[in-house]
Amino acid sequence: MSLVLEQVSRTFGGKQVIRNVSLTAEPGEIIGLLGTSGCGKSTLLRAISGLDTEYSGTVSINGDTAKQVHKATGFIFQEPRLLPWLTVLENVRFGLEGKKEDKNAIARKYLKSVGLAESEALYPRELSGGMAQRVAIARALVTSPEILLLDEPFSALDAFTKMQLQDLLLEVWKEFRTTIVLVTHDIDEALYLCDRVLMLRGAPGEISRELAVNQQGPRLRGSEELTKAKAEILADLKLVVN
Amino acid sequence: MTKYQSEAAPIFEASKQRKPKQLTQSAKAKPKNLRLFLIGSILPILLIATWEMLSRVGVFPAYQLPAPSTVVSTITGMAIDGSLWGHIGITVYRVFLGFVFGTAAAVVLGSLVGFYANAERLFDPLIQAFRSIPSLAWVPLFILWMGIGEPAKITMIAVGVFFPVYLNIVSGISNVDRKLIEVGKMYGLNTWQLIRRIILPASLPSFLVGLRSGLGLGWMFVVAAELMGASQGLGYLLVVGQNTLSPEIILASIILFAVIGKLSDWMLKRIEIKALHWQDRAVKS
Ligand SMILES: Nc1ncnc2c1ncn2[C@@H]1O[C@H](COP(=O)(O)OP(=O)(O)O)[C@@H](O)[C@H]1O
Ligand SMILES: [Mg+2]
Repeated sequence: MSLVLEQVSRTFGGKQVIRNVSLTAEPGEIIGLLGTSGCGKSTLLRAISGLDTEYSGTVSINGDTAKQVHKATGFIFQEPRLLPWLTVLENVRFGLEGKKEDKNAIARKYLKSVGLAESEALYPRELSGGMAQRVAIARALVTSPEILLLDEPFSALDAFTKMQLQDLLLEVWKEFRTTIVLVTHDIDEALYLCDRVLMLRGAPGEISRELAVNQQGPRLRGSEELTKAKAEILADLKLVVN
Repeated sequence: MTKYQSEAAPIFEASKQRKPKQLTQSAKAKPKNLRLFLIGSILPILLIATWEMLSRVGVFPAYQLPAPSTVVSTITGMAIDGSLWGHIGITVYRVFLGFVFGTAAAVVLGSLVGFYANAERLFDPLIQAFRSIPSLAWVPLFILWMGIGEPAKITMIAVGVFFPVYLNIVSGISNVDRKLIEVGKMYGLNTWQLIRRIILPASLPSFLVGLRSGLGLGWMFVVAAELMGASQGLGYLLVVGQNTLSPEIILASIILFAVIGKLSDWMLKRIEIKALHWQDRAVKS
């Protein structure tokens, strides 16, 4: 698997929103795109996903530079975006093809791994925000994407659910070694989850800084290293304000 | 259900608690419904009783307002001599055919306009212009073109049914959440699959609303059509009642319209509840 961006820019009606973003993701890497609200994070992620095709530059997924949705990518949105007329199980198997029994078996496996095995018959209206987002995660995983794109997936959740789901994402990653691009405005989240944090800044947004988080294995929330890295990022952000 | 609710508690507990809760709710709901029904019946029963009494005493002259018992015996009389079933049958048949044709036309045009911007540019202005004409105004023209036979009547009813169904289909399709369509696109669905798997189910609620108001208009138009000229039907009974100075026949027809109209709406409502059981809101009215 490979994901390479070269000089990606996007203009909306004369206003450039992101400019010349280039990056190369290593297989199995978790990349964080960190930036303030409105700096073009979602725009960049939509370009990578192929949902947006009006960007300039190239996005190459496994060498394929076609501007379209690629089979190898999965997307988890900020909102769960479950189809309200389908049950949890039907939502999860939505992206699968083949015989119903096979689809159900795969969907159940992923529902179990997000801790919702018991809730497969519920409808989205019966779920809490956190449960719904778990379903969305399972739905994105069933097709075994090689690249998982997440757009502030936990920002609407309370602090406890958020931490649970962050750990869930790490577990998922350990099992599948998916390449992940995670958009977030939460510095702690970026440092806790990502191997490499890219800071997107300015108008139009550009990658202003790259920060490798070298700490391997399970990280401790609020550990000394992460706190230090956070202070660095904050100092960096302040520089721009002045 | 708030977005910010914490889930520190295991999820399984929530699903375990659900069932008994629902049971007690529905067990409570029964007597409450019965009570509501009884309360709602008080006034109608009082009214009918007073009406009956005043008619018998002679306060209301029978040639203007016959007693409820007379109206009921008119209906049972027609039921016994068999003429009632012919009238009901032909009226229901007209509404049904008009409803089917009107809905079919609305589905075809509504989907075209909803899905294709070009079709919208082509058809919608015209349809919007026609819509502002009260549909009953077409009646003389239809009679001129088609006479007062069945085709004219059914066309009129179909025209009445068409507009609410069409408008609801178009708004249903164009209001489908773009975010849900993106979910489909992420799974590489093509246009046809997007329509079948996302756009149609998402616009179903709006379509069903259209069907119900279309049916309501269908009943209104069948009255108009049968008043124009018919030899059988509930609307024809209205004319007969007027011409023979028999208000009991008119009242009998009105009551039958009310009962059958309500029954047909109830059937659509059942379908609606079945088809939309996933919705967050309970279906009202
Ligand atoms: N479809 C669009 N049309 C016009 N402007 C847009 C569109 N999408 C995003 N923008 C603009 O691009 C900028 C970046 O938006 P976005 O990528 O959503 O930011 P972020 O996700 O970082 O908060 C904003 O100023 C927004 O107004
Ligand atoms: Mg965003």
